[in-house]
Amino acid sequence: MAENHFVEVKNIWKVFGREPKRALLSKNLQLSKEELQKKTNLILALKNISFSVEKGELFVLMGLSGSGKSTLIRTFLRLIEPTSGSILVDGENVAAMKKETLQDFRRHKVSMVFQHYGLFPHYTVLQNAAYGLKARGDKKEEREEVARQTLETVGLAGWEDYYPHSLSGGMQQRVGLARALATEPDLLLMDEPFSGLDPLIRRQMQDELVELQDKLHKTIIFVTHDLHEALKLGDRIAIMRNGEIIQTGSPEEVVTEPADDYVREFVQDASPAKVLTAENVMEDPEVLLYAWQGPKTARKILKDNRREWAFMVDKHQTFLGVVSIDDLDKQPSPTMEQFREDSNEEIHTCSPEMSLEELFPMAAKTNYPIPVLDDKGKLMGVVRYRSIFDSMTSDYSSEEAADV
Amino acid sequence: MFDFPETIRIPVGDWVDGIMDWIISNLKPVFDFIGDVGLQILLAVEDILVFVPWFIFVPLVGVIAWKTLGSIRQGITMALLLFMVGTFGYWTHAMTTLSVVIVAVAISICMGIPLGILMSRSSRLESFLKPVLDAMQTMPSFVYLIPALMLFGLGRVPATFATIIYAIPPVIRLTNVGIREVPSDVIEAARSFGSSEREILFDAQLPLARPSIMVGINQTTMMALAMVVIGSMIGNRGLGMEVLLAINRVEIGQGFEAGISIVFLAIIIDRITHSLSNDSYQKSKDASSS
Repeated sequence: MAENHFVEVKNIWKVFGREPKRALLSKNLQLSKEELQKKTNLILALKNISFSVEKGELFVLMGLSGSGKSTLIRTFLRLIEPTSGSILVDGENVAAMKKETLQDFRRHKVSMVFQHYGLFPHYTVLQNAAYGLKARGDKKEEREEVARQTLETVGLAGWEDYYPHSLSGGMQQRVGLARALATEPDLLLMDEPFSGLDPLIRRQMQDELVELQDKLHKTIIFVTHDLHEALKLGDRIAIMRNGEIIQTGSPEEVVTEPADDYVREFVQDASPAKVLTAENVMEDPEVLLYAWQGPKTARKILKDNRREWAFMVDKHQTFLGVVSIDDLDKQPSPTMEQFREDSNEEIHTCSPEMSLEELFPMAAKTNYPIPVLDDKGKLMGVVRYRSIFDSMTSDYSSEEAADV
Repeated sequence: MFDFPETIRIPVGDWVDGIMDWIISNLKPVFDFIGDVGLQILLAVEDILVFVPWFIFVPLVGVIAWKTLGSIRQGITMALLLFMVGTFGYWTHAMTTLSVVIVAVAISICMGIPLGILMSRSSRLESFLKPVLDAMQTMPSFVYLIPALMLFGLGRVPATFATIIYAIPPVIRLTNVGIREVPSDVIEAARSFGSSEREILFDAQLPLARPSIMVGINQTTMMALAMVVIGSMIGNRGLGMEVLLAINRVEIGQGFEAGISIVFLAIIIDRITHSLSNDSYQKSKDASSS
């Protein structure tokens, strides 16, 4: 079902040097990068890369510098020409495009965000954001209107007439993002967009990208050398080394089942707090009360289970709140619904996607386990204080953790 | 003592003579035509400069200097310097000199910027042109007078020709450098949005190389002024000629006045063209952020 992939990269090679095709001769094919360089003076940058990206997916290419990730992302736009192989985007082979088709492809289908922003210093923020539309040939009023809206989406309303130089790094990269989004590309390429930013701003930009992606559902290929960034943003991650992809998988897979020692070493410092989510560690509540039960029944259930309190749900499993014996004694109500309305105890809840890192402050504040609710408010499970810490200290290469 | 053996001679001089002879005997009509057109242009520019009365020209230069340098004091100083040239009795001579400078610089820019652009795009052309430009600048300037004299005879046309050859290297060189120093991520970004090479040149490369190109134009102008003075040796009238005459007659005072007039012109031209090399968006940026 190859046609179903939105982006499909097949056997991409990139070799730098004179007559690069020499590297692909059968006699040279088996050589390592070093041997090839010694023998033919060719530098192997990408070695037989194949992967695919689904529509709406955020795909992360991760590797250290020199791993070929930036070279790879540039071949998508042919800013760097691949030596051989094909890159299918929405069914069209970019690698085989003629000059005009390629220009058309760049203007309409794909945009790129650069590590060093690549803004025009002599253009205002608005002109910068409108640049992709200008290159496409849109009229001035139209493109400025679109650019204005896009700047608003990235939170830069009011900065239109400033020059990039007077903006902070984070804001400059927002302009870069606005410029890329303004053309409404099908595919968004991001080459280490947040690497040049302060850690605090970087985290903020990552959060905003997640939020934005939640709204826009773009197909994004994101390059980074930062494992935490990859784990936070990626739907899937490809880890690169020396021009090869050595593992592709979801963030959990990469952390819990490293393909080889290189990846294992890489993910060793990945804190489980950033990778594991509430969904991974939640448990079923021991006792649950139902709204249609009377207060007396509720009291009996709690007593029988020797519990001080329990969470309550309605018949749709929607989470309602906490009920404790003390409260039942203090404010006698005819029905539990009435009781809940009278009770004003506030309970911190969380969504299944929340990472353990985000749960820490909550867990510290409350005396109860944290209820995990889906987007309709249904109770999926509870995260206990203890299980957060247990999951942090367990060994992730063990079989047990792999099941998580 | 070891004299260099007379039997080993590479007759470069003879070759150059041969080439010049061939050019003169075969291409004479072409150069005559270029000379005629050049002369008409030079005369027209001089006519305009002489036609404008001094009491309009002096304040005009003052206002231009004020606007470009951003200070009214500088404007007044520049106007005053030009006024001084008039008081020495060299107004017309100064205008003649200025007209040759203007024409030579205009032609240098028209040829130099495109050459610089080509040079920035081809490393092969760059490695060929660089030593040529170095040689052009190192060569004693009056050497250019000889071929100019042979091609165009005496007068202001050969002087302009020699001036262009002497003064064109900086504008070529700095256009090349300016474009090459445009950050590659800006170019890459422009390319990634599907801009053509032409659009990249006009949207990004030339505007960003502008400060560097303006420095080149400034240098070219200053070198042109220096060369125009030397051009007096082949009959170019103007301030240079006055200096030359003063030297011949050992009239120290007059020579000083003519010389200081050249210096004043140089200061005015230098200040005004130099100020143009500052980024205009840099200025407006500061204004908007403050």
